[in-house]
Amino acid sequence: MLKTIKNFELKRLEILDKDGKLDKKVMPKLKKEDIKKLYEFMVLTRVFDQKALKLQRQGRLGTYASMEGQEATIIGSSYALEKQDWLFPCFRENGALILRGQPMEDLYKYWGGDERGMNIPKNVNNFPVAIPVGTQTLHAVGVAIGAKIKKDKTCSIVYFGDGATSEGDFHEALNIAGVFKAPVVFICQNNQFAISVSRKKQTASESLAQKAIAYGINGIQVDGNDIFAVYKTTKEALDNARKGNGPTLIECETFRINDHTTSDDAKKYRDEKLVEEWRKKDPIIRLVKYMKTVKLWNEEYGKKTSEKMNKDVENAVLKYENTKLPNLTDMFDFVYEELTPNLIEQRDKLLEKA
Amino acid sequence: MAKLNLVEAINLGLKQEMKRDKNVVIFGEDVGKDGGVFRVTDGLQKEYGETRVFDTPLCESGIVGIAIGMAAYGLRPVCEIQFEGFIMPAIDQIVSHAARIRNRSRGRYTCPLVIRSPWGGGIKALEHHSEAPETFFIHTPGLKVVIPSTPYDAKGMIVSAIRSPDPVIFFEPKKVYRAIKEEVPEKEYTIPIGKAKIVKEGNDLTIITYGSCVRDVISCIENSKYDIEVIDLRTLSPFDEETIIKSVKKTGRIVIVHEAPKTLGLGAEISARINEKALLSLKAPVERVTGYDIIVPLAKLEEYYRPSAKKIINAIEKVMSF
Repeated sequence: MLKTIKNFELKRLEILDKDGKLDKKVMPKLKKEDIKKLYEFMVLTRVFDQKALKLQRQGRLGTYASMEGQEATIIGSSYALEKQDWLFPCFRENGALILRGQPMEDLYKYWGGDERGMNIPKNVNNFPVAIPVGTQTLHAVGVAIGAKIKKDKTCSIVYFGDGATSEGDFHEALNIAGVFKAPVVFICQNNQFAISVSRKKQTASESLAQKAIAYGINGIQVDGNDIFAVYKTTKEALDNARKGNGPTLIECETFRINDHTTSDDAKKYRDEKLVEEWRKKDPIIRLVKYMKTVKLWNEEYGKKTSEKMNKDVENAVLKYENTKLPNLTDMFDFVYEELTPNLIEQRDKLLEKA
Repeated sequence: MAKLNLVEAINLGLKQEMKRDKNVVIFGEDVGKDGGVFRVTDGLQKEYGETRVFDTPLCESGIVGIAIGMAAYGLRPVCEIQFEGFIMPAIDQIVSHAARIRNRSRGRYTCPLVIRSPWGGGIKALEHHSEAPETFFIHTPGLKVVIPSTPYDAKGMIVSAIRSPDPVIFFEPKKVYRAIKEEVPEKEYTIPIGKAKIVKEGNDLTIITYGSCVRDVISCIENSKYDIEVIDLRTLSPFDEETIIKSVKKTGRIVIVHEAPKTLGLGAEISARINEKALLSLKAPVERVTGYDIIVPLAKLEEYYRPSAKKIINAIEKVMSF
């Protein structure tokens, strides 16, 4: 006998289309002020990003990973967090880090090679950038289990790309989170390429969201360039996690407009036509179109917002560039809580030569 | 005072720390109901419940990865990797994150976790169950690495490891697990990380060793005609250079014994430090008795791989007659 023991289904949420048209039936409750804030943070994210690319080209910043095109995913998800929640970035979420309260000059410091840039303010529960792909998913699960043990209402949220879904740690994280019903939200920024390898070559799965099904957790795909869909899905996932209903994997389908990092040349492996197609789905443009229809946006407001964000970013750059080099011994100071005798000796030798 | 073996001593230390600090949590494969395959966590789940002592799925990287998050969140995780040979899937989490979180966040986040694992050979086990992989961790800045060799030290060191503000790799010599019993006080005490122990004082020659080799060394020099000093390192990173150099200056003759492979084993670093700090005190070249630079053989040939009494005695003779 062969019988069906289970059928699975997977959903995708779209609210705001590329022309700014809204599906009112599924629109989340958002005050006008919230919509304006979402817009302003997306603009800030893009201005910060464009400035970083310019600085890098001029030799004023190190290797940098651009966020352009992914602002709705980055801002929509992080805007749904509560202050006490913990955020685990990979390396393409500067906008979310800024939204949560990390100073922009610190982020420029970090990308400029100054470790003091990851000195995250004490009241901001953001983890530092994690470069090894997918590894941070487990840290987020650990915090979520910790919160459960301590009976706190804290959730964690973790970001990673489409490539990370092929890493073992991603699967271990989903599995453990499922077993312990950990209050964690997994945000997969599916930007279609892991450096040069396309999404289709990463996995035979039709979607990345369906990976959740195997682990018995919630999974959903959203239009990642639709700020309302990303916000709503993340908010519901967080509410659900806080109620004790376990983790959610959210696949945000978006696109990396620029190169993987400033050290990459995407033209070598990616058709420019594809980039042009995705430019038409730009997350900021579609929100502006919608805001115009509900009279939340006019030329003056747009201009003012842009001017303010540019001014803030310029100030941050000024602060970053006026930062003096750290003491040479700085590199020894945070390896252990207390320097070991051997490290004291090595540090003193460094000073002798200097 | 109760006489305990190494397993019971660590168990007692864990139990008392769990009572003292509600943030101490224990997890890993089979550590709950089963009490671990060597029974080191036996009875702890029954006493402290499934929230604080729990089984995880079979995922070494996951075990260490979640421990990192839990430690950053304010807990004191003590996780178990079932055998040292299975720690390899967790190397990325240990080296890339546990060891670096403090530095990467400039102290904003720390990683006070303990990774316990049965360690070393001598019990005629399967492949991957008789390894001595300590060099990987000693070579990683940000970690502390310890191996107690007696029940008394094991209890004091597990307490220090749990209270350490830095991540600690806590290796447990499985050859010693049930081999000896000694008096272990119920009363709280700690053995500081970074301090070696002079097991036996002597003036002619110093043997520097750790782990299960400590007992092998002691038993093979019992009837020696030489007055031999024996140092049990206990902590491998950061190791106690001061005690070593002091002893070199006293005896001038050094034999280093460990079961890990020779090349880049801890003996190599100790020998280099002696050259830097006390070359002129040496009366003979430093001699090493170690595992060979080969894969640990299975049971039939294992005893020929390990530092044996014969190899140690030959090394002593070589150094004494130089």
